[in-house]
Amino acid sequence: MKLRIWPAACLFAVVALSIALPEFLRAYYLALTTKMLIFALFAMSLDLLLGYTGLASLGHAAYFGVAAYTIALLVVRAGVSSAAAFPAALCAATVTGALFAPLALRARGSYFLMITFALAQVVWSIAFGWRSLTEGDDGLPGVVRPDFGWSLDNTTSFYYFVLVVVSAAALLLVAVVRSPFGRALRGIRDSESRMRALGYDVWRYQYVAFVLAAAFAGIAGALYAYFNRFVGPEYLYVVQSAEALIMVILGGAGTLIGPAIGAGLIVFLEDFISSMTEHWVLILGIIYVAVTLFAPRGLIGIFIEFRQHRTKP
Amino acid sequence: MTALAIENVSKNFGGVSALTDVSLEVGEGERRILLGPNGAGKTTLFHTIAGAIMPSAGCINLFGCDITRLRPDRRARLGLARTFQITNLFPRLTVLDSILLAQHGASGQGMQLFWPLSTSRSQCDKAEELLDQCGLAGTAPRLVRTLSYGEQRQLEIALALAGKPRLLLLDEPTAGLSPAETRRVVALVHALRRDMTIVMIEHDMDVAFELADRIAVMHQGRIIAEGNEAKIRDSKQVADIYLGTE
Repeated sequence: MKLRIWPAACLFAVVALSIALPEFLRAYYLALTTKMLIFALFAMSLDLLLGYTGLASLGHAAYFGVAAYTIALLVVRAGVSSAAAFPAALCAATVTGALFAPLALRARGSYFLMITFALAQVVWSIAFGWRSLTEGDDGLPGVVRPDFGWSLDNTTSFYYFVLVVVSAAALLLVAVVRSPFGRALRGIRDSESRMRALGYDVWRYQYVAFVLAAAFAGIAGALYAYFNRFVGPEYLYVVQSAEALIMVILGGAGTLIGPAIGAGLIVFLEDFISSMTEHWVLILGIIYVAVTLFAPRGLIGIFIEFRQHRTKP
Repeated sequence: MTALAIENVSKNFGGVSALTDVSLEVGEGERRILLGPNGAGKTTLFHTIAGAIMPSAGCINLFGCDITRLRPDRRARLGLARTFQITNLFPRLTVLDSILLAQHGASGQGMQLFWPLSTSRSQCDKAEELLDQCGLAGTAPRLVRTLSYGEQRQLEIALALAGKPRLLLLDEPTAGLSPAETRRVVALVHALRRDMTIVMIEHDMDVAFELADRIAVMHQGRIIAEGNEAKIRDSKQVADIYLGTE
């Protein structure tokens, strides 16, 4: 019974803490926590591909950025209400994923990585180059946050909004990875040929996983556009994609909680280290090398090994 | 009824001919063994039956249905199951999850994206029953990579059986096993339903003669002899291949 009480207690503590957080965090750190939540969702969406399906994408920022740009273009350029832009952004990310997936899924391994990278760079160069629409590297300021009768303009209410959306998306992701579909994805990660021999249309499963991952990344991207009230081409850039990969690997691919923790840690470190030095990307690289060398299964892997040590004397 | 009919199948890899004009007919419920030295083309023939490689010429019928150009997963859903010569499992999944995957794959139920979150009692019971039958009782919660080699070979067979196939392809199920483990696998195959057609590659003559209704001997990409135990034992050609000519 002991084993069942602990996760429930932890979950209760996390929920209580998340709700009470605005009471004892300064506005700056509450905003930082909001950013952590957004990137936690982004990292979890990538983990659906990397950790569960075994497909390493270096272009996940494409879907994140397409959603963010959809929000900004609709709100700033077309005058659409901020709330109505959200479903449009989700659709745009999903459709982009649905179009890119058949191209990327022609390859595996590092070739898959290169194709996803190239596709994301195409989107980036459009955002960067089409100045009359996107203002190029100046980006699009003036994104307003949605208003559902109560304003999301103050840090606390926006934190709660993001908390609700990210929690709902995370619960959906948990349902996906625990369903028979999620089990099939893990089977595909371990052996595609065996899954085919067992009667699975492997390509179709990978396709759906790819599109789902794009859709969830789109939710994160839309939230980030609201969060910054601004969208720029760096949202689509390879550094954003690589950072997401590092979040997943640092936390522990193949578990949803690991990438969420990894995302929180990277966002916090980026803020903390950037206040001291300009060379954040260099530090990020060192963290990445250290993790792959000393904790190949990520932070969550260290935790699991520690627990196995204690239960098996 | 004919379970499997292979007609004039050839396969070339570049200039190398791996299969030359192979024809084979296996009746429903028959247990057919493919014998032959290394490089005879047995595994290539298996791959063309299972759909992992396409033949250069010829055609393959499964229960009267032309499957020559069908994808492997479609063949699996028509009732064909196979094991792999080189163990091909899900190392990071549990044994139970592997079996559940196999049951679901053959059921043709398609994608179940969000639901159900947990597996029904009856599915688990069926999986446990299958594990018992394959000598893997009590291994359900273990990760596949923690199983011994012998247990992994047995799981290969369990995965193939989970979908209740009509035609079972066994590619050297006893390869690398100890004599005791080999006995267990032979007993397992012996005890299978008699209406299940089995085609099996085997190196070990004793195992082959014990399990086979009929035997086909392959050499250099061709079938050179076919028949029951006595006929194969008396064949001069087979003796030449296995013992060498003087």
